[in-house]
Amino acid sequence: MKKEILTVEENRRLAADIFEMRLSGTSRPEPGTFLEIAVDGFFLKRPFGAAGWSDGIVTIYYRVVGAGTEKMAALPAGTKAEALTGLGHGFDFGGTKKPLIVSGGLGIAPVKYLAEEFYARGIKPVFVAGFRTASEVILRDELEKICDLRITTDDGSAGYNGNAVMYLKDNDISFDRYYACGPVPMLKGMKAYSEKGELSLEARMGCGFGACMGCSVKTRSGYKRVCREGPVFEAGEVIFDA
Amino acid sequence: MRENCVRDTEISLFGNVMDNPVIPASGTFGFGYEFRDWYDISILGSIALKGTTLEARYGNPLPRIAECPAGMINAIGLQNPGAAAVKDVELKKLKEVYPKKVIANVGGHSFHEYVETSRILSSADEVFAVELNVSCPNVEGGGMAFGLDEGILEELTRAVKEASLKPVIVKLSPNVTDITKTARAAERGGADGVSLINTLVGMRLDLKTARPIISVGRGGYSGPGVFPVALNMVYNVYEAVNIPVIGMGGIMTAEDVVEMMYAGASAVMVGTANLIDPFAAKKIIEDLPRVMEKLGIEKLEDIIGRAHKWSTK
Repeated sequence: MKKEILTVEENRRLAADIFEMRLSGTSRPEPGTFLEIAVDGFFLKRPFGAAGWSDGIVTIYYRVVGAGTEKMAALPAGTKAEALTGLGHGFDFGGTKKPLIVSGGLGIAPVKYLAEEFYARGIKPVFVAGFRTASEVILRDELEKICDLRITTDDGSAGYNGNAVMYLKDNDISFDRYYACGPVPMLKGMKAYSEKGELSLEARMGCGFGACMGCSVKTRSGYKRVCREGPVFEAGEVIFDA
Repeated sequence: MRENCVRDTEISLFGNVMDNPVIPASGTFGFGYEFRDWYDISILGSIALKGTTLEARYGNPLPRIAECPAGMINAIGLQNPGAAAVKDVELKKLKEVYPKKVIANVGGHSFHEYVETSRILSSADEVFAVELNVSCPNVEGGGMAFGLDEGILEELTRAVKEASLKPVIVKLSPNVTDITKTARAAERGGADGVSLINTLVGMRLDLKTARPIISVGRGGYSGPGVFPVALNMVYNVYEAVNIPVIGMGGIMTAEDVVEMMYAGASAVMVGTANLIDPFAAKKIIEDLPRVMEKLGIEKLEDIIGRAHKWSTK
């Protein structure tokens, strides 16, 4: 964990309200960890999963959902931003030979970085990327180069007609461990589908580094903080509210 | 101005001498030791531990946090591992990285729970005082319910005083018409000191759905936005009681510490600032001598209540 001043190198729109931001000034994050970025005029820092890293530049993806992210979308290259980096506990992927990667919506961010790590180790993972609709599909070209990519959309406007979990039930995919990130209903579905994997959770956070207990979730071994013990948990550990 | 002029930041609270008056506030610093990952926490005057109940508690469902223009709302709901685990596990871990004495913060749902938890935590060598949390707005049927009624508060303070092996601080709620009345009730019950303010009850709504952002509807508002409210309450309570007042509420800078001490605080707690910058308490402590020098203050203890020489009638 570090407090650093990062510099916006690039900030561009990928789809309707989805943006990619690349920032310099930080060291290589572990896949699955996140960083928090201060936005001028807003009290709390915003947490984002590290979605890639090369040559000292970290990539994040974000959706404009409110005034804070709206302001972020307008930041020009060269903007300095205070950040807390290297937050949380990432994926355990060292021993995985046959990974399955599953994402829902912007949950694609941290697992895209994980896919790149696998590819760098000579492993081409199966990657099931779910989106709501064709206009929200992002990163297709990048991922097709390094993964066996399967796109799904809830409305069938691109790829498989249905969500990522439905796709897995319809298709027999062999894997020794899966890595999933997305909205809670999808993660619940993944846990029901198999416990042989890891779930990356999202939560509204106060601090982002374990002090406020604002993001605690129930697990089989007691409550854990998404920001500190997570955001990545063993699928079998997480207890979802009914 | 002389260089290397030593600025005396030492203060004494119930006989416990502290290097400086800066104490991370309960609920914003966990059990302390994890901040060792950011800096050497031994510089802190003391630490107020996360609110502890007799048994372990998970707290409220998520979301527990909502952002505000000058602060945040939280509704954690006193998540903690229970009094025995705090004494036997958390305090031991903290002792490894923090050699000074700390303040245990006690929450509860009944007289029995407050009394027993205080008994357990006050028996720890590492603890020099117990802070009664009778002002947590986030626990149904508990917490703040004990802090709003003067009669109940006095009686509870008396019961805890009988059981506690260490001085008792009563943490006061700002969600009252006149905080000097609850402060006096705590003093009548035998409190050794009062700390204020806890959070102000607040609410935020989602603009698309009109639904409260916090899962349980409302929570406690804190941050720099509450500083003027806290300062006024510390000022008023300082005049109302004859026991030490610990000031808190939106302190972000060393200048805020001086202002809070002018109002009457013998020590200060820094809360929400820790959550947006893990180095906040460290920075405040390091800035204090510079701010004192700028203001011509040689000994920090001398400025406690200095504002009261000016009439505000």
